[in-house]
This record gives sequence, C-alpha cells and structure tokens, in this order.
Amino acid sequence: MASVAFKSVTKSYGSNAVIHGVDMQIADGEFIVVVGPSGCGKSTLLRMVAGLEAITGGTISIGERVVNQLEPKDRDIAMVFQNYALYPHMSVFENMAYGLKIRGFSKTDIEARVKRAADILQLDPYLARRPRELSGGQRQRVAMGRAIVRQPAVFLFDEPLSNLDAKLRVQMRIEIKRLHRELGVTSIYVTHDQIEAMTLADRLVVMNGGRAEQIGPPKEVYERPATTFVATFIGSPAMNLLPARAVGPGSYELAGGLTMQLAGPAKAAAGAEVTLGIRPEHIALAPEGAALSVELAEELGADTIVYGRLDGGQELVVRVPGYLELAIGDRVFVQIDTSKIHQFDKASGQRL
Amino acid sequence: MHKRVTFDNKLLPYLLVSPQILVTIVFFFIPAGEAVVYSLFSQDAFGIEVNFVGLSNFLFLLNDPHYLRSFGITIFYSVAVAVSALIPALILAVLADGIAKGATVYKTLLIWPYAVAPAVAGVLWLFMFNPAVGIVAQWLKLVGIDWNYKLNGNQAMALVIFAAAWKQISYNFLFFLAGLQAIPKSLIEAAAIDGAGPVRRFFTIVLPLLSPTTFFLVVVNMVYAFFDTFGVIHAVTLGGPAGATNILVYKVFNDGFIGLDLGSSSAQSVILLIIVVILTVVQFRYVERKVQY
Amino acid sequence: MTSSNRLMSLLVHAILILGIAVVAFPILIALIASSHDALTLIGKFPFYFGDHFLDNYRTVLGEGMARAGGGAVGQMLMNSFVMAIVIAVGKIVISILSAFAIVYFRFPFRMGFFWMIFITLMLPVEVRILPTYQVIANLNLLNSYTGLTLPLIASATATFLFRQFFLTVPEELTEAARIDGAGPMRFFWDVLLPLSRTNIAALFVIVFIYGWNQYLWPLLVTQEESMYTVVMGIQRMVTVADAQAEWNLVMATTILALLPPVLVVVLMQRWFVKGLVETEK
Repeated sequence: MASVAFKSVTKSYGSNAVIHGVDMQIADGEFIVVVGPSGCGKSTLLRMVAGLEAITGGTISIGERVVNQLEPKDRDIAMVFQNYALYPHMSVFENMAYGLKIRGFSKTDIEARVKRAADILQLDPYLARRPRELSGGQRQRVAMGRAIVRQPAVFLFDEPLSNLDAKLRVQMRIEIKRLHRELGVTSIYVTHDQIEAMTLADRLVVMNGGRAEQIGPPKEVYERPATTFVATFIGSPAMNLLPARAVGPGSYELAGGLTMQLAGPAKAAAGAEVTLGIRPEHIALAPEGAALSVELAEELGADTIVYGRLDGGQELVVRVPGYLELAIGDRVFVQIDTSKIHQFDKASGQRL
Repeated sequence: MHKRVTFDNKLLPYLLVSPQILVTIVFFFIPAGEAVVYSLFSQDAFGIEVNFVGLSNFLFLLNDPHYLRSFGITIFYSVAVAVSALIPALILAVLADGIAKGATVYKTLLIWPYAVAPAVAGVLWLFMFNPAVGIVAQWLKLVGIDWNYKLNGNQAMALVIFAAAWKQISYNFLFFLAGLQAIPKSLIEAAAIDGAGPVRRFFTIVLPLLSPTTFFLVVVNMVYAFFDTFGVIHAVTLGGPAGATNILVYKVFNDGFIGLDLGSSSAQSVILLIIVVILTVVQFRYVERKVQY
Repeated sequence: MTSSNRLMSLLVHAILILGIAVVAFPILIALIASSHDALTLIGKFPFYFGDHFLDNYRTVLGEGMARAGGGAVGQMLMNSFVMAIVIAVGKIVISILSAFAIVYFRFPFRMGFFWMIFITLMLPVEVRILPTYQVIANLNLLNSYTGLTLPLIASATATFLFRQFFLTVPEELTEAARIDGAGPMRFFWDVLLPLSRTNIAALFVIVFIYGWNQYLWPLLVTQEESMYTVVMGIQRMVTVADAQAEWNLVMATTILALLPPVLVVVLMQRWFVKGLVETEK
C-alpha cells in the first residue's frame, strides 16, 4: 500500500497534447475515481500509472519511488481491465496464479493467496472452470481476484463495469466498495459513469479535455462544482445553466426578463456576463412564482422530471417528488431556491 | 497493420525473424537472382565458356517455334484443366448445397482427392488408360476408339488434363460449397416469390453472387495447372509424345537438367516468374475486392 | 408436390453418389489391381478382388520392385514421412516466430522483412529450381534429409496466417500479461501459443500434405535409391513397369503413396478445411 503522486504530468502523441499537466497527491489507502467523458484522457492517465503508456512530461511516484522509467511489472501495481483480459485457455485458478508463478512464488504460497482471494470474491466453486464458462460478473470477479492475489501497492481499475448490465453493475459496485473497505489498498478507478464515481470515491477527479477540472470529495464536487463542465457532468438530470447579466450587487437579469436577487457578497461586477446554475432538485412547484410551460414530463415513479420553458424562452428542468401527471402545454409555477444558485463566469466557466 | 501494444526488446525480434529471413534469402532470393543472371548468359554444356548475351536468350525464345508451341500448349492445358475441374465441382457443390442432411458426409467423401499428389494421380490415370492393361483403354477399344496415348498427342493431352483436373475437383468443390452457403437464403427466397424458377434463379442470382469465388478459383486452378502439375507430366508422358504435352514448367526442367541449356532454361524461368507475378497481383487485387464484397 | 420433391431429392442424391463414384473410381481400380498377381492383370481387367493383396504389399514394402531397380517402398515411405514431418514442423516453428516478431515488436526494417517474406509468394520452387539445386549441391547437401527439406521450410502463407491471427488477439491480454510480469517470450509460450492451437493444427494438415506430395524437388535432390521419396519413386517404377508389366506392385505402391495424406485429411477434416480457407485469404 502506498501513496501516489502526480507532478505536472503531461502526455503528448507527437505534437498532439492529450494531457495538460495534472497535479495530484493520493494518500495511502484512498479510493480515487477519475471520471469524465470519452476522450478526456482518463484512461490514458491510468495507463501512465500502470506503465502501459509512456509519460511525456512530469513524474508519477508510487510510494517514494518515481516510476516513470519502470516496467509495469516492477511498479507493484495490479490492473482490472474493462474487457477482463482473462487468459482464455487457463482455468480461473491459473489465471489468478499466473502473475505469482512468473514472480517465482512457491506453490504453497500461490495456493494460499489464490484461495484467500477466491474466498473474498466467492469464486471457490469456479476455480477449475475456464473463462468462457463464466458469466460477465463472474469474469469480472476473476479479474479482480487476479489483482488481489498480487497484494500490490496500488489497484488500477479501467472502466471495469462498463460491459455489465445495469443490475450487475449495481451489485459489483457494492462488491468493490466492500472490498476496498476490507483490503484498504490505494485504488485509482476510471469510469465515465458519474453514479459509480459518486458512490465509490473518497475523492473525485473530474477530467475534461486532458485537464483535471476539479479534484475533491464527492460532496464538495456536487455542492461546489468548480466549472460549468463539472456542474453539468455530475448530477442527473444535469444542472440547469442560465445565462444572465449582473445588473447590481447580487442582482441578475436572465434572458427573457426574469430577475433574481441572490443573498451573500456580490461575486460579479455590474454588467458582467455570467452563467447561473441551479440543480433540478432545488426548484419546486408552487402556487405562484415564475411561469413554466411544460414541454415534456418523465415519470420515473419516485420523481417526475419536468422539462419546460420559462416565459422569455429559457429552458428549465425541474425534479419534482412524486408521480405527477402533466401534459404538454400545461402551465405551472416554479420557485427557485436562491441559496442554491451557483455563479460561474460566462466566458471561462469558472466558479465565481 | 500492427498492434498498439508492443514489446520493447531490441535484439529479440531480429533473432525471431532470422530463421525465416535466412532461408528466404538463401533459397528464394539468391536462386531467383541467379536465375535472372543466368538468363542473361549463354554457356556450353560443360560450363566452360560463358558469354554475356544480354536479352538474346529471351529474344530467341520468343521466336522459337518450340517455345511458342509449348506456350500455346500450356495455355490450352491450363484452361482445359480449369474448366474440367470447375464445372463438375460446381454441379456437385450446387447439389450438395441443396440437400439438408448428409452434406457433411458428401463433403468428406469428396474432398480427399486433394491429398493425392499430382504425380500419383497421374500414375492412377496412366494405369487406367494404359494401352496394354488399362481398364478404360479396353473400354475405349470396345467402342472403336484406337487408344494409344503414347503415340497420339491429342490423347496424351486429354489424359493429363483429366489426371490434373481430377484432384482439383475436390478443392473447387469445397470453395464453391462455402461460397454457396454464404449466399443469404433470403435472396433466393425473394427471387422465388418474384416468380423465378430454379434455373433462372441459378443463372441470375446464384451465379453472379458466386462470381468472386469463381474468379478466385479460376486463377487458382490456372496457377495450379501452370506450376503444380509438373508431376503429372513427368510421371505420365515425359512431355511427349513429340512434345505434345510439353508444358512450360516441364520445358524448364527438361531444357535445364536434361538438355543442360542453362541460359535458355533460366530465361524460361524468368518468363514464368513474370507470369506468376502477374497472376498473383491479379489474384490479390481481386481477393481484396472479394473481401469488401 | 411432395412426390416430385421426393423424386428431385432422390435424383440429387443419386447424382452426388455418382459423382463420388466417378471420383473414387481410379482408387478402386488401383485397389483391385494391387490384389492380384502380375499375370492376371495382362489382358482383360479383372473386376473383382484377388487374393494376392497382402503378398503384394509385403513384397513392395520389403523389396520393392527388385527387378525394376526400385528400392524398398518401406524405405521410401520412411523418407517421405521424415520429409513431410520435418517440413511441417519446421515451417510452423519458423513462421510462427516470424509472425510474432512482426506483429508484436517495432524495429527497424520490420516492414522490409515483411515485404521480403511477402514476395516469396510469387516464387514457386519450379521457377528457381536450377539455382536452388546448385546452392544445395554447393553446400554438399544432396542426398540428405537436410537438402530435401531446407529449401521448402520457409513459407509466406504460414507467416501470414499467424500474423492475421495474432492481430485478432485482444490488446488487453498482452497488457495483462505485461502487468503480470511476463516478458515477450513468456507471453508467447504461455498465452499466444495455446491460443494458436487450432491454427497450428490446420496448418499442419496442409503443410504435411504439401511436404509429402513434393515431386520435382526430391527428384532433383536425391540420387541414391535409399533417399527416394515414395511419390517420386513411383515414376521410376512406372517407366520400368511397362517393360516388366508388374502393375500389381506399382498399384500397391500407389495406394501406399496416397494413403497417409488422405488419412490425414479425412481424420483431421475440420482442421483441413479451416487450413485451406485460411491460407487462401
């Protein structure tokens, strides 16, 4: 078990830069989730830790050692792949034992370790089977077992649950969390699914276009997103972004004429263009307030998601508890909890 | 095309390719190069006098009636082998494709001739057609045909064509069958609903869709006839009678090893080489298109 | 409707069986001939099996056609077998290593080597026959197993087959092996080779047949009877057989000559078909 440190890590393919300087300190035993859309560089970052991609600039350290020049096998890491990467011709036992066999562990050692991992993952009945005889969830567990037996300093997960169906994904998420609590190994977990990110992470790294836009615990990322990207990426349905202009201290005018008065110190100078953000669950239906023309209502059972348009054209998404039945064209009134409004600079997207 | 994930070793890859490259250089490139070189020289039977003669070996060949005759014979021979091997194979494949059960049994029973060496096939047919003891020869005599392939050039040609085609039938059958089974049944059914009878369906739907396979097989069969049937000729007719079955590849051997005319034989090799290159390029071009199909 | 369908179906089967019979006819003749003594075969051909079957085969295996000067067929079969096995194993080993190098490494001249191997597709042995003979003669390898097999041991088709297959092996398998600590050769032996089993089997069938059926090359390279292979040895028996009319022995030899490859095809049919299809791509 060890800490992991990223110092100004960059990655380029030729003249094409894909990672633009990531700095991060991961504590021993922490579970870090790197989340972001396709192409944001999260997998590349992970693979640089693993040693499967070269590090163009900066350093990555595991424990006290800088690992830039080390081969994957010398970095004391283990990886769980999206497609499991199990050796098809080897049994489950042999798959898990392979890395140990190469490193010269004794037979008794290997057996002990594999047995222990199999116990933890409930794979005992399957040790003699081949991967093709297993279900997706079982294969993923074997992949994790292969990582566990190595007892490495760092676990690396590359979108391990993407190939599983929704129900299995929930199950495996809980498994992984349980494993982490039991084993306490430093883990770096890459996913594009923000639910996995929120539920598994001690801290989140939200990446976009090769940059880490925010690093922090899930609660902080959710309640105080650093940029409009993070604000809309985390949370479903996404946060509403409303373009506005400051017309006075704490006073904003939205497109279409609505005005809002926010409490607290003024964040923007008069006349500045801003983006205001408000999450759908912080808007409530009320007997009076701003008028919303309903365009679509999705009844999810526990909540209803209402897509509508304010007078003046601004689109708004509202999450309402309960099972409403609204029709297209209905007019309702909404009240926005102004204490939950986020303010971002319009041009840069940065939080004000 | 290569993998994204590769190993970094510097020396190891060279060690791994070296056996193949070594054999390739020593037994492919050097001999091929020497063949080209020899073709530009002429030497007497003992190799004592060696003169550079440029392209005159080639020019001589292109004007040599014997060579031209051999060329013509080879072309006729390869077309005849291709046709004799393709048509029965197509018929059998169509029939085998039509039946539901037992297709695999027929497949097993039809593919084994591929394993028979051309020379052995030649000997088998030679035995059947031997003027003295051959069973088929006796039947032909009964029907009034004066059969003696050792004297009659046309008969000799017929014999080697059949011997060579016989074993190719199974190869073609396999590929035709695979090609037929790759045609979506829905197309045939749509045609049937449109009112096309079986014969029309065959000629307007099946055959065109089969054309990549057919083209591929035509090229393969011709290459086979050009090069792989040396054994048939050598075992059955030795190029005779009077050069009637003296195909190009046999002539190279005959002129070079028996006649000891190194220059001419090498020049013939070079010409054959050019033909192979052309045929291979054609095959690759078309196979590419076949894959896109 | 059904009766004409049934009739059609019967007709189809009948023609197929006819086709098989026609194709198998020469073998039947050969089998019959190999079961009689020499005299019975002169004159009208006997359409029944004789009782000299075992005698003929024993003679041919042991002494060959002694009067014809042909060697013992048993020895020839041995030579053919050695040649076919050595070529098959040699080709597979060399090609799989080359394909591994070309696919899994990046090194200078990689593409150069690839094209070098590719070009040999266009160089059948008949085209380079004379100089190849000279090379072998100069290396003092005439009349040896080495001389018989070495020139035929490099092949582009096998290398391509393996290359094609390796390109379909998932990248992550290699990555997982690297993380597990496997170096390239370890990866090759533990992971790649087992995965290539069916391709190797398919190729083995094709190459074994190719090696066994070689004709022109053994003809040139062997000068002593003890090194003859059975496929080329038959020709000598035939040219003499005419004068001596010992067709029963010739046919017995023919059957022996075609039996091993045919058995391989029939017993390993699935791999054979796969091999044919893969190598022609």
